[in-house]
Formats: sequence, C-alpha cells, structure tokens
Amino acid sequence: MSDIFRGVWVVAYRELLRFIQERSRLFSSFAMPLIFLVIFGAGFGETIGAMVPGVNYLQFMYPGIIAMTVVMGAIMSGISVVWDREFGFLKEILVSPLGRSGIMLGKSVGAATISVIQVTVMLILAPILNISLSILMILQLLLVVFIISVSISGLGLLVAARMKSQQGFQLVTQIIIMPLIFLAGVFFPVNNVPLWMEFISKINPLTYGVDAIRQIFLGSEAAAALSVSIFGHTMSVLEDVLVVVVFGGILMLIAIWSFSRQE
Amino acid sequence: MNIIEVSKLSKKFGDLLAVDDVSFGVEEGEVFGFLGPNGAGKTTTINMLCTLLLPTGGKATVNGFDVVKQRAKVRESIGLVFQDSTLDEYLTAEQNLKFHAYAYKIAKTEREQRMNELLELVELSERRKSKVSTFSGGMKRRLELARGLLHSPKVLFLDEPTQGLDPQNRRHIWDHIHNLRRKNNLTIFLTTHYMDEAENCDRITIIDHGRIIAMDTPDKLKDSVGGDQVRLKAEDNIKAAEELRTKYGISAAIDNDEVTFNIAQGNSFYQN
Ligand SMILES: Nc1ncnc2c1ncn2[C@@H]1O[C@H](COP(=O)(O)OP(=O)(O)OP(=O)(O)O)[C@@H](O)[C@H]1O
Ligand SMILES: [Mg+2]
Repeated sequence: MSDIFRGVWVVAYRELLRFIQERSRLFSSFAMPLIFLVIFGAGFGETIGAMVPGVNYLQFMYPGIIAMTVVMGAIMSGISVVWDREFGFLKEILVSPLGRSGIMLGKSVGAATISVIQVTVMLILAPILNISLSILMILQLLLVVFIISVSISGLGLLVAARMKSQQGFQLVTQIIIMPLIFLAGVFFPVNNVPLWMEFISKINPLTYGVDAIRQIFLGSEAAAALSVSIFGHTMSVLEDVLVVVVFGGILMLIAIWSFSRQE
Repeated sequence: MNIIEVSKLSKKFGDLLAVDDVSFGVEEGEVFGFLGPNGAGKTTTINMLCTLLLPTGGKATVNGFDVVKQRAKVRESIGLVFQDSTLDEYLTAEQNLKFHAYAYKIAKTEREQRMNELLELVELSERRKSKVSTFSGGMKRRLELARGLLHSPKVLFLDEPTQGLDPQNRRHIWDHIHNLRRKNNLTIFLTTHYMDEAENCDRITIIDHGRIIAMDTPDKLKDSVGGDQVRLKAEDNIKAAEELRTKYGISAAIDNDEVTFNIAQGNSFYQN
C-alpha cells in the first residue's frame, strides 16, 4: 500500500515539474479558454441575452469553459503516458519498484493538481464577468475540480493504457472525446435541445461534471433552470459528482488492469 | 548459486522466435557479455530478465527471484541502461536522478551523497543543473549509467552501453565498468556488437537468431575461433569488410583482393 502512495506522489511530482517547466503548455492552458470565452462571448452574448433572469450568456459559459479546461486537463494525463512511452521514459518508470496502479493514479493526481492550479488562475476572470465569489465557494469548487479531474482522467488513461503513438491518441480524442465535451453542456444548456441530443448529453458523464461546476458558480437557484434534470429531478452538486466518480472509477480500474498487462 | 540463472528461456512474437531456448548462468561479480548482430535477440533477453517482457517459455531468476512471479523483488535488485535513452529530456540531470531516488526509496542523506559521487564518477558534476535536452549523446549515456547505479543494484544491465560514443568516451565507460566491478562486486550483463569490446568481459556469449552459438572466456573463444578462417571475394571488398564489422562485429582484413576473417563456425556462418 505504501508503495502505491509513493508511486502516486513520485509520478505526480514529475507531472507538476514538467508543467511548470514547459512554458508553452503553461501558456496554452490559459490562452485557449480565454480565446473561447472572448470569441463565443462576443459572438453570442448580444444575441442570446439572459439565459435565465440574472444570468447572461458569458456568466453561463464561463463555468462551462472552466469545466472544459478540467476535462481536457484530465485527458492530458493519458497523453502524458503515451508521450512517456514514445520517448522512452516509461521504461524507467516500469522497471522501477513503483507499482502499476501507483503509476496510473500518479498521472491522474498530477493532472488533477494541474487543473486546480489552472482553475485558480482562471478565477481572476470572475469579477470581470460579475460573478461573485466567496471563500467557501472557491474551496468547494477546487475540491470538486480535483475529484472530477481524478475521475475523468480514467477515460484518458484507459485510451492511453496500450496506445503506442501520439497520433493514435489524438485520433481517439477527436472522434470520441471532443464530441463528448461539446455535448456536455459547455456552450448551451442540455435541457432545450433536440431530443436525440438531450439523450446523448444525459448519458454523457462529462455533462454532470460541467453541471456540478456551473452550479457552484451560479448557485443552485439560478442554475436550477439550466441544470440537468433526469425525469423531472434536478441534479444536485453532490449527485453530479457521484455520477462522475462512479463512471471515472470504473474506467480507471479497467485502465489500470489493461496497463498492468501491457508488454 | 548464480546471480542470474536462465534455463530454456524463449520469446515468441507471433511466428518469430526472437529468443529460442536459451540457457546460461552468470556468477556474482562477473562481467558477462552478449555479443550478436542486429535482431539476434539481445534486447529481448534483457527485457525478459528485467520484467518488461513475459517469456513464452522457460524460466529465469535474477538475484534469486523469479522474473515472472517475483517481479517487484527483481526490480529492486537491478539497474538498467537501455539501448535507447530513457531520460526525461525536459528535466535537469539532477531532477532525473532525484526522480529515480524517490522511485527506489533512497533515504535523503544517502541520496545526496550518492548523487554527488556518481555525478563525479561520470564527470557531470558541473552540468547537474542543466536540462538533459542540452546534453550530447555521450553525456546522456553517462547520466543514464549514473542513474542506473544510484540505488546500488546487485545486477546492472547495459544494452549497448557504448553505442554512438567516440573512442575516448567508450574507454571512459569501460573504465567505469571495471571500477564498479572491482569496488562493489557488481554483476554486469551487457550487450554489444563489437568483438573487440566484448574482450573486456569475463565471459562472452555469442547469440544469433535467438540461439546461443558459443559461450566462453574471450581468450578461449578467440583460440577456438582461430581455427576457422573464412576467405571471400566480394565485389566491393571494403564495403564487405565494413558490413562484417557492423553486422557481425567481426574485424575483417583485406589482402590480395580477398576479405579474410575468423569465426567460430565457418560452416554455419556461410548459411547466413
Ligand atoms: N515488440 C516486438 N514485436 C515483434 N517483434 C519484435 C519485438 N521486439 C523485438 N522483435 C523482434 O525480435 C528479434 C530480436 O530483437 P532484439 O531487439 O532482441 O534484437 P537485438 O539483438 O537487441 O538487436 P540490436 O542489436 O539491433 O539491438 C528481431 O527480429 C525483432 O524484430
Ligand atoms: Mg538491442
């Protein structure tokens, strides 16, 4: 057991070192969400007006963009595994006494810690968008971000468990993961869309991650009309998180199993 | 008991028998060399011994631990320098070593002391804070050697440790290897393409097409080899000699329009 913990922190520590030292990654992780926010905000802001009383489009989209950053960051944990495999470093990790599950969880915790840092920086935008923050809210947000990120990294790590090349990973990301992100309610509420889309969105676990983060920002009252409702029941933050954890946990277990049996 | 014990080890990739029924033993403190051309199965053998590949047949133990059933114990006992670099080029030399120390659970005081010692040994002390991406091939190789030794392994596996190095660095690495063996009674398992390099080993095993062709001390091997001299006429003698050297690690001489060289079994060699 202590070996697993050591694996987690050693591997996560390196992920953080890499993140801090690679200026370009640091920069792009902030630039992309900002670009989305400015372009979509300017493009739709005027047309759409208020989503519900008291919430304009930018205020609606901002938590969505934060959630998207978290999801992409979690998927990055998988890219990191494939990267290490391609550049050889994975061998150094695999012949060390660190267990396979510790390695996978370390990648996941590393990505989650990076997400927490990114989200903290993105909070700078909140006052500009007239979203009020409280300490309690921020703590709740960062905790939820961490949990969601660890869970969703199960998806990235499962894809990466046996993947040999970056290109292969990118392909899967483009075909499966990007559509899932766009159907997760980042840019529009999942309740007022065609039925087929609503159906996909509601079986899409990422939707619940986005919803949890949005509810924390907008408060459950304002968010009620925008949140995910299943058969008339509006999901609470806790229920949202639970859905993501169960989904991610299962994928993570399969990912670890598959990774342990690789050659 | 031998520190490495291999019996009837095999590895199949689909239809390809990369390692075919290989048996040998390595004594503690020995420098044991695997000599063979490209694709002979050297790396595949090392990968099985270091728990990265599962054998499809046979059995092997390292430091008394089974490479299939006691992987964690084997991993703690061994150090590795792989054929291709396994450094994190975005980190500094020191950060690479620290990661390794954490992974192998080396106590802090010991870690600092050993890091200093080893960086000194491979002459990289001044560059410890530089990113590995700024290192030359030889420096990377030396850093990998230092890293492989950091946790004081019982057995050190070196897959072509001098590949891509200039003669001076090559001699350096060999000096290190001999030093280590003398000081720490370290067992070293290495592979090479070059017969002249293999002479530094206590014992050499020649492997080709996954099978062991010969195994002996360098001197005896050379004696027995002396018996079979092969002469051949090639269209381009210089090219042929060069090919012999790079492909088989044989130093061939050119005289009277013929390429001549020595080989253990001239007959079996012709079939290739
Ligand atoms: N993962 C793999 N899948 C399929 N075939 C493989 C794999 N790894 C190695 N082989 C094959 O097994 C054989 C032995 O390869 P190996 O890498 O062990 O040779 P080697 O002696 O290390 O050669 P070199 O001197 O070029 O490093 C080769 O024919 C190679 O193509
Ligand atoms: Mg090889």
